[in-house]
Parts: sequence; C-alpha cells; structure tokens
Amino acid sequence: MTTTAPSPAPAGEGRAVGKNSPGSASGKSRRPGRIRRIGLPYLLLLPALVLELLVHLVPMVMGVVMSFRELTQFFIRDWTSAPWAGLDNFKVAVDFDAPVGQALLHSFFVTCLFTVLSVGLCWAIGTAAAVFMQETFKGRGILRALFLIPYALPVYAAVITWVFMFQHDNGLINHVLHDQLGVTDKPSFWLIGDNSFYALLTVSVWKGWPFAFLIVMAGLQNIPKEMYEAASLDGAGLWQQLRRITLPSLRPVNQVLVLVLFLWTFNDFNTPYVMFGKAAPEAADIISVHIYQSSFVTWNFGTGSAMSVLLLLFLLVVTGVYLALTSRGRKTSDV
Amino acid sequence: MSDTSVAKAVDTRVRHRSPMATPQSFLWSRRIFLTLLAAFVLLPVFVMVSSSLKPLQDVQGKFRWIPSGLTFRPYIDIWKTVPLAKYFVNSLIVAGAATVCSVIVAVFAAYAVSRYRFKGKRVFTVTVLSTQMFPGILFLLPLFLIYVNIGNATGIALFGSRGGLILTYMTFTLPFAIWMLIGYFESVPRDLDEAALVDGCGPLGALFRIIVPAAIPGIVAVAVYAFMTAWGEVLFASVMTNDDTRTLSVGLGAYANLNDVYWNQIMAASLVVSVPVVAGFLLLQRYLVTGLTAGAVK
Repeated sequence: MTTTAPSPAPAGEGRAVGKNSPGSASGKSRRPGRIRRIGLPYLLLLPALVLELLVHLVPMVMGVVMSFRELTQFFIRDWTSAPWAGLDNFKVAVDFDAPVGQALLHSFFVTCLFTVLSVGLCWAIGTAAAVFMQETFKGRGILRALFLIPYALPVYAAVITWVFMFQHDNGLINHVLHDQLGVTDKPSFWLIGDNSFYALLTVSVWKGWPFAFLIVMAGLQNIPKEMYEAASLDGAGLWQQLRRITLPSLRPVNQVLVLVLFLWTFNDFNTPYVMFGKAAPEAADIISVHIYQSSFVTWNFGTGSAMSVLLLLFLLVVTGVYLALTSRGRKTSDV
Repeated sequence: MSDTSVAKAVDTRVRHRSPMATPQSFLWSRRIFLTLLAAFVLLPVFVMVSSSLKPLQDVQGKFRWIPSGLTFRPYIDIWKTVPLAKYFVNSLIVAGAATVCSVIVAVFAAYAVSRYRFKGKRVFTVTVLSTQMFPGILFLLPLFLIYVNIGNATGIALFGSRGGLILTYMTFTLPFAIWMLIGYFESVPRDLDEAALVDGCGPLGALFRIIVPAAIPGIVAVAVYAFMTAWGEVLFASVMTNDDTRTLSVGLGAYANLNDVYWNQIMAASLVVSVPVVAGFLLLQRYLVTGLTAGAVK
C-alpha cells in the first residue's frame, strides 16, 4: 500500500496549479495589465517546468557529475561521498588498448553499422510503400492499418515473438530456411554468434519502417496533384515523376525523418535487451545495452556515466553537423 | 531546378494531351511489393496467434504451420504460471497514471506556448524537443541513485515503487505530450478563444470551454500514444521495479526463466497484453497520425 503513496503527487501538482490560477487570473483580470499577461504563461508552465527539472535536468547534471566520480557499489547509499576521479572514468572508457575501452569501441562500431543499415532499410521500405500507396486502390485503407501493427504492438510482445521465430530447434525461420527451402545446410543459431546481428536488424526494420511510411505518406499529401498531372501531360513517366517531383518535394520531410530514425535506432534499448537479455552477443552489442551492462552488471556507475556522457556528446555532434549540412543544402536549393 | 521544370510543365498543360494510363508494370510491381511487405509485417502476428492456440508439444518440437490440434488451454494457464494479472494491474496503474499526469501538465504548458508570447518560450520548446533525443540510459543511472538516496534520507520509497516508475515514465511521456498538444492547440482557430476572452471568460475559462473541447480528439490521441509508450517501456521497468511492482514488460520475461519454456503460453500472454494497445491505436490512428506527422512535415 505504501508503495502507491507517491503516485498521486504529480497529479496533485497539476491540479494545485489549476486551482490557483483561476483565482489569481480572475483576481487580476479586474485590474487589466502587465502582471496577468506576463505572469500567466509562467504559471501555466510551472508544473511542466518543475517536472522537466526533476526528471530531465537534475538527472542530466547529476549524470555529468557522476562521470567525474569513482562511483562503485560501495557508494550507492550516498553517492556524494564517492571520491573525485577527475577524468579517470573517461580515460578508462576511451583507453582502446584495455578491455573496457576496446569493448566500448567495438560496441560503438556495431551500433553505427546497425543504425545505418536499419535507418536506410526503414527509409527505403517506408518510402516505397508510401509511394505505391499514394493513389487510392481497393483495400488501401485495410493495408494501411495492417502496416501500422508493428508500430502499435508493445515492443516486448513483438520481440519475444521474433525470439520464438529465431529459436534454433522449434523456430519458424530455421524450419523454413532449412527444412522447407533447404537454403542452409543445418539449422543456424540466430540469437548467439554472428547471425545475431542480422536477427536484430530484421526485427529493428520490421518495427521501424512503419514510422517512415507514416511520415512519408503525410509528406506526399502536401505535394499538389497538379504537379503530377502536368508532368504526366508533359510526357514524364512514373519513374521520372518519382525522381523529379516526389523525391525533391520530400526532401525537407526526409531530413527530419532520417534524423529522428537515427536517434531512435541508435538509442534503442528495448529491442536488443528483450532479444538477448543483459549480455548481448558480441556481434549485436548495441551501445545502450553495453552501457547498461557496464553499469548495472559490473556495478561500475562512474564508468557507465562517463560512457553515457560520451554517447550524448556524440549524438549532439552528429545532430549538429547534420542540421548544419541540411540547412545549408536547403538554402542553396532555394537560390 | 524543380521550380523551372514545374513552370514548364504547367505551360504545356494547354496542349490537352490525355494523361498516360498507369502502366501494367507499375500495377504488378505494386502488387508484388505490397504483398511481400504485408507477409513480412503479418508473419509474427500469425506466429503469435497460431502458436497461442497450439498444444505444448507443437511448440516444443519443430515448427508446424498446421497445428496438430487447437486448444484454449494456454489462455487459461498464463494466469497461473506467472502472476500475470499482478503485472497487468501494475502496468495499468503505472502507464495510466503517467498518461493522466503528463496530459494534465501538458495541457497547461501547451496552452501557454500556443497562445502567449513570453520570454524563454523558444528555450522551453527547444529543451522539451531536445530531451526526446537523449538516450534513456543517460537518465537511468542518475534517477536510480536519486531514488535510492531519497529513500535513504526520507523513507519515501521511490525506488522499486509504482510512484517512482510513474515519475520516471514522465521523462518520455511529458515532452512528447507537450510537443504534440502544442500542434493540436495551434490548429484551433484563435478567433474562438479570443472571442471567449472578450465575452468575459478568464484565460482558463477559454482553455477549458473552448480549446480543450475543440482539441479533444487530439488530447485523446496524445493520451493513447503516451499510454502505449509507457505500456511498452522496458529499460526503466527492468531496473526500477521489484517483485511486487513488476510490469508486463519485465514480467513477460518470467515465462522464459521457467524450467520448461511454454512458448504457447508466452504467445498467448503476448497477445493478451497487445490487444488493448493495438485496438486503441487502430481505432484512433487517424488522429494519432495527424499529430505525429504534423511536427515532421511542417
């Protein structure tokens, strides 16, 4: 019972402001003026600000501080007493000659390759499906709803089903590939060893492409039909229409889409964790799970925090460079 | 470049040539591509449904497309093999509370952002947006330590409790809810709530009498989406829960830790936990998709 006690707190917070503000607002409305106009937005934002501070900013600052401390299981009860470590945690994380750094570097490269392939495939499949479904045909609505199922299914339910399909002895994949088609000499292991990379990629693409499909479909709706009619009258074939109208018009949409897909895939923890558990096979050692394992399995929170901070810095740099490149591209294309 | 070609294309329209019919090759490639894609999408769904109805020997041996018999037994056994009902209730409470809290807080914040000009507005929206890109693992360690330390200092058990998990889930439900609600509120014509203000409604009167009712589909969509994400969350749930507060995302793994892996039960349980969110999603997909895509497309 006591465990449920804290739960109403955030709701109460939201309501408390709701109760306060009508009073203060109506009180101030009688003397119209600056206080009401200036103060009210901040009052409305207050619950959101407090929560953002509590769940985002404080933990982030703390995470950075933790990365400079020698934080092991002995200091969990009072992390502030952990000795200062300076840059030691970062040195351990990037010492690529030592096992910890080597493993991190390996995990980083695996994650990069995995992310590039997954985002590329999600984008290509999503775009192809959206373009094929641009015109109405019989059954389009049903197909669209079906295509959204991977997106709607809870991650663990979907991934557990894939795990079952990838089982060595009783899985569908080996049954089809080995028993029915005879593509492989003997049943393969999909959840351990090198094949695990492809298994993870398959699941990631299965789960991720509907998002690309949704966004591209929305982008296609903004292209005026007249452009296609005109191009078609002009003798442009479907392939030319795709290259000259569809893809250029989708560029701003694609820029956002690729960035979002990249960040989600790179940060994805749920898929590899449900597939492989705490210790992922080397070939599919995604960085989120790697950091989780470094922190909660070996109880080395300082190094784990340093890795998290490095990951965040990497993502910030990539996002910054990407935004700079794409916005410059946009400017030149406007000229 | 595309501009000039369009201009040229528009000019040629006066020639009144009949537009080309869609070629057969396109129709065939469309049929083949969409069929294969549908098969890829539905394969796990088929495995989930069919395996959940199979007797145990069918899922322990070689995979069978055609089961040797059909049984509803797994759907009865799932509740006994592991405390699935308890996990279900925990997930319902945690995801429900995180949704309600974030939607309430987000309604006020989104109203402020969409209707008022104030200092720091850009900083606020950019911060909210950017926190979505941060890896969850970044918050996991500090939140874990904060909860443990608060627990030691004050005796309030946040770590391992549902309350702590609800608060944690707001790391992703709140920014998302604020972001999407701003979009929905922007789509409500300003004249409506300005007229209400002129008629003597307070700002909160305008919000609750005009904007919220007008944006109800959007608010429901945001709520469903927030619930969905919280329902499917694994990372925080795997660290921040104990035996009593375990949610479905971790609890489902308990089947795999048994001596015998009952795949038919796991598939039945997966289906049972999926049905509520998939049904909600498919019912509301029109609204969800609008809100989801608005940010990216505009």
